[in-house]
Amino acid sequence: MKTVRIANGQGFWGDSVDAPKALIEYGKIDYLTLDYLAEVTLSVMQRQKIKDNNKGYAADFIDLINENFNLILNNKIKIITNAGGVNPDKCKEKIIDIAEKHQKSIKIAIVKGDDIFSKIEEFVSGGEKFNNLYSGNDFNLIKENVYSANVYIDSFSIAEALSSGADIVICGRISDPGLVVGPCIYEFGWGRDDFDKLASATVAGHILECGAQCTGGNHSKWQNVKGFSNIGYPIAKVEENGDFDIIKPENSGGLINRETVIEQILYELGDPRKYISPDVCVDFTSLSLIDLDNDCVRIENVKGFKPTNTFKVSVTYFNGYKASGQLTVSGPNAIEKAKLIEKIIWKKLDSCNFVYEERLAELVGVSSCMKDIQPVPKKINEVVLRLSVKSFDKNAVEKFSKEISPLITAGPPGITGFSEGRPKVREIIAFWPTLIDKKLVKTEVFV
Amino acid sequence: MKKIQLHEISCTRSGDKGPNSNVGVVFYNEEIYKWAVVNLTASLIKNHFKSIVKGNVVRYELPNLYALNFILEDSLGGGGSDTLINDAQGKTYGQALMLLEVNIPENFL
Repeated sequence: MKTVRIANGQGFWGDSVDAPKALIEYGKIDYLTLDYLAEVTLSVMQRQKIKDNNKGYAADFIDLINENFNLILNNKIKIITNAGGVNPDKCKEKIIDIAEKHQKSIKIAIVKGDDIFSKIEEFVSGGEKFNNLYSGNDFNLIKENVYSANVYIDSFSIAEALSSGADIVICGRISDPGLVVGPCIYEFGWGRDDFDKLASATVAGHILECGAQCTGGNHSKWQNVKGFSNIGYPIAKVEENGDFDIIKPENSGGLINRETVIEQILYELGDPRKYISPDVCVDFTSLSLIDLDNDCVRIENVKGFKPTNTFKVSVTYFNGYKASGQLTVSGPNAIEKAKLIEKIIWKKLDSCNFVYEERLAELVGVSSCMKDIQPVPKKINEVVLRLSVKSFDKNAVEKFSKEISPLITAGPPGITGFSEGRPKVREIIAFWPTLIDKKLVKTEVFV
Repeated sequence: MKKIQLHEISCTRSGDKGPNSNVGVVFYNEEIYKWAVVNLTASLIKNHFKSIVKGNVVRYELPNLYALNFILEDSLGGGGSDTLINDAQGKTYGQALMLLEVNIPENFL
């Protein structure tokens, strides 16, 4: 029986650099997927590219290929990634440079069509609404401030790239599970109507997409996890009918069992009966999960049904400025002193004529995450006061940034923890999820 | 009956979905799951998270996995890069749910 071993070595940009290397070396894998894109990553890349036409892709990917080039070739591993960001051409060039340096020839495919930033006006004139998927708000509210717009395109484009003989497939925005679904379509020759099989591979992709989050990372029963420092990243061993096992490299740390895998199945899940991907709709209540012990969990009988007529689009836009600053407050009456500092700073800002959309004070170590879910302790020796503001007026946020450090000498006693200087004023690049008619999106593969 | 915190009978994971977050809860066995379907109502969870959730709590059932999925609407102060809160993506809400105190039959543990 033919099985394909697909691993994920990167859950987000900034994830472990050792994990992909371990998978390449010890995973006995056919495919390595690498996911670098979170919701607003593309807008950051878009802005980099505006400033410098040579940027706009995940630079970490280039380093990874450079450091592991021979191992990848020797172990005959194909790479599927969304590292192309908004500049897949430049990303490809960099990989070609590496291959030339090693005097090897490899085939690289890029998948395009996700970036619809330049066509927004055209689509709007053609009748697309682009209303916010969650709030239903009108696109005109943000239209003038849009930074980027990328479609989550389907996985058949990856399969097409692999059919053309590609060793490395570089995409921009593609659905996260799609990085796993694509190679399955290619290897097993699945069609667009193979809903159950596509759904099963989508579940595999969903389980893998956050790297170690299914192999013991972020696990509720963390006391049972051995070898966090050497945690194994996941591999899906997929069969022709779509059923698969979740495993990890031999001798790696971490834990795979019923709970670690289900935790990840539930991650960022909405209605479990209607998980919508560009390829298929998945019913997560259909699948059977079998814990085979020894760090192996099997998934069978996933049911899928016809996909929708729309693709999801990730639009990002400018939405003002913000800054957050922290002060450590210690000694007797730490909480009271922190509350006084908050009052002083807000009073100082009130005396200026700036407008703030939002101001927030949190007590880190007391209630910043859990609020009053458990009784808040009355007496505590130290606390971190975290203050934040938001405004469309950059000067207003800069003023806030300058008001924090003076409190070390001009406020109550026992204040420290300001070694990193004034808080950075950041642009808010906000996320606007929306939909587009599938007929309007044309994906292309270049080899 | 015995008073426990939810972490003694389940595992949780949470994350963001736009301005909402979700907390998935997986129970150790079918018996506990069936108890949870009756007892862990959306309104109980809304009450537990009352200082965090501004909108509704919606509950979905996954009987095949002995799991429940709670959507906490408007629980991130805007969400994503828009929010000012420390836990911008609701990563800690799973841990917060584990602190919920419930009364369970003695024979569950």
